[in-house]
Amino acid sequence: MNMNRRFFITLTGAAAIAWEHVLAGAPEASPNYKMADHWWAMLIDVDKCIGCGNCVRACSVENNVPEGFFRTWIERYQVDDMHIEDPLVDSPQGGMHGFPQRAPGTGLTGNSVKEFFVPKLCNHCADSPCTQVCPVGATFTTPDGVVLVDEKYCLGCRYCVQACPYGCRFIHPEKNVAQKCTLCYHRITKGLTTACCEACPTGSRQLADLKNPKDPIHEFMKLHSVQVLKPQMATGAKAFYANLDGSVR
Amino acid sequence: MHLFPAANFTYPNETQLQWSLLIVLYPYITGLVAGAFILASLERVFRVEAVKPTYRLALLTALAFLLVAPLPLQLHLGHPERSLEMYLTPHTSSAMAMFGFVYLWYLMVVLVLEIWLDYRRDIVLLSRSSKGLLRIIYKAMTLGSDNISERSLHIDERVGYIITLIGIPSAFLLHGYVGFIFGSIKANPWWSSPLMPVVFIFSAMVSGIAAVMLLYMALTKMRHRVISIDCVDAIAKYLFYIFIIDFSLEMLDLIHRVYEADESFRSLDFMVHTSLWVPHVIIQILLGTLVPITILGATQVLPLAEVVRKRMYAIAGCLTLVGIFAMRWNVVIGGQLFSKSLLGYTTFTLELGSRDGLATAIVLTIMPLGILYVLAKLLPPWPQNETT
Repeated sequence: MNMNRRFFITLTGAAAIAWEHVLAGAPEASPNYKMADHWWAMLIDVDKCIGCGNCVRACSVENNVPEGFFRTWIERYQVDDMHIEDPLVDSPQGGMHGFPQRAPGTGLTGNSVKEFFVPKLCNHCADSPCTQVCPVGATFTTPDGVVLVDEKYCLGCRYCVQACPYGCRFIHPEKNVAQKCTLCYHRITKGLTTACCEACPTGSRQLADLKNPKDPIHEFMKLHSVQVLKPQMATGAKAFYANLDGSVR
Repeated sequence: MHLFPAANFTYPNETQLQWSLLIVLYPYITGLVAGAFILASLERVFRVEAVKPTYRLALLTALAFLLVAPLPLQLHLGHPERSLEMYLTPHTSSAMAMFGFVYLWYLMVVLVLEIWLDYRRDIVLLSRSSKGLLRIIYKAMTLGSDNISERSLHIDERVGYIITLIGIPSAFLLHGYVGFIFGSIKANPWWSSPLMPVVFIFSAMVSGIAAVMLLYMALTKMRHRVISIDCVDAIAKYLFYIFIIDFSLEMLDLIHRVYEADESFRSLDFMVHTSLWVPHVIIQILLGTLVPITILGATQVLPLAEVVRKRMYAIAGCLTLVGIFAMRWNVVIGGQLFSKSLLGYTTFTLELGSRDGLATAIVLTIMPLGILYVLAKLLPPWPQNETT
């Protein structure tokens, strides 16, 4: 091959671009991340959610979520004085494309009708029932408080799906293993926030590190009333909800 | 004022039912195993001589069904090829992880050992009298132990007795454990109950005893021998009493739920009155429990002719098996028909040809009978002094 200086310089440039692509496909190294220094949680301010579905779409793209299943979703609640325990709830396609206006006559008609959106995701419970029941330990809690599934180890027995009180798990239709929100572990261990938090236009979702004393969650929790979903389940849920209505399941 | 959920809402991931017909079959089969073993132990431990004609048949029935018991679980897994991990790297906090150990304990330590000890004399004699391939099979089954002296057989008897003693709590463990798998799921109010393992144990005894009684009657008839009326009378009596305990426990659970009426009650009550009305109320409670209990009760108090009693036992036995199957169905499928939001319901569609569909379930139901046929050919369970 006849290699002159001009050809060599062109080739070097092409190789550099190709190498960029190789690096883009490889996992990014995160040498400074120490799991023991973090305890991840999610803070959700219900009053700020506008039900736009950005978070669901972002999650779907970021994590290649199979169609018809959801690692995160949004529920629309309608409650009135006669339906505190039986609210009207819907979540068309997990709220991915927002919420169409209700057809006339399909909503509640009580005196004090109110409507609000509730984003849902895995609660990354400290005492997670899904982790407890997994027969091989394929579902596990990381030292930084994230519940993950080892897809190469999961039997697909579905016991964890049954055990999750929040309906956060599903069986991947092609991989035949359990899947759920990973709290974008591939992102947060590199200093990024989750895809859903990043896409939320109102800041309704906030990734929180409970071990970081400077995290704004501490100040927020001091000043606001914060709850978890289904506290009677005693799962140590770490999806904290501000301004959560009692009718939410 | 009674308010139903304003709209049918299920969490978006709840569109698919996770456990299908095969998981209905799994507790049904293990229940038959446990019940059949308990019936066998009546003769061995409690010296109920009347049920002696069914002793060996009960043991072989238990073994035939136990050999098939892991298959429904195996077939419903997303990755059956990884199932060995449950033995190699079990997660100790998981109720399901213990399945392999409970299963192996029951299969190898209790059932196979007891059958071998009970049949050892016959196996040795058959290994001497048979020819060709059968001789090799029987030789292998002796495991090299061909001493059938009186002293040796006496030791077999003593050890067999001890194994049966261990076997009774083991049978309880096997099926109570299956109940625990469901009863310990706090996310599911239909399952979550400390009574679940106890109900499973008693329903197992009911189904296993009914199955062996029916098998004994059918196989004796097919062999043109006389059904021992003392034997079926005794079995029916035990079936009747255990059935009453089982029904009482189930009713206790029901009454407790109705009276306490916690947050899940409205949702479950609605389900029982709609999608579960036929399988739960009509088939399980009415046809599968109250009718057989009434029939069995009638045979206990009315002076009926032998032939009438036998027919009534056959009808009661069949209805019992249907009722217990319906119970398993209502636990497994019923427990997945409502949303964990308690605001909505889903439906179950039975697939025919899929890996965990109806066709597979039928094959798995017939398979133990085929195994039992082979076992009975190899190790005849029939009493030697039968009347023709």
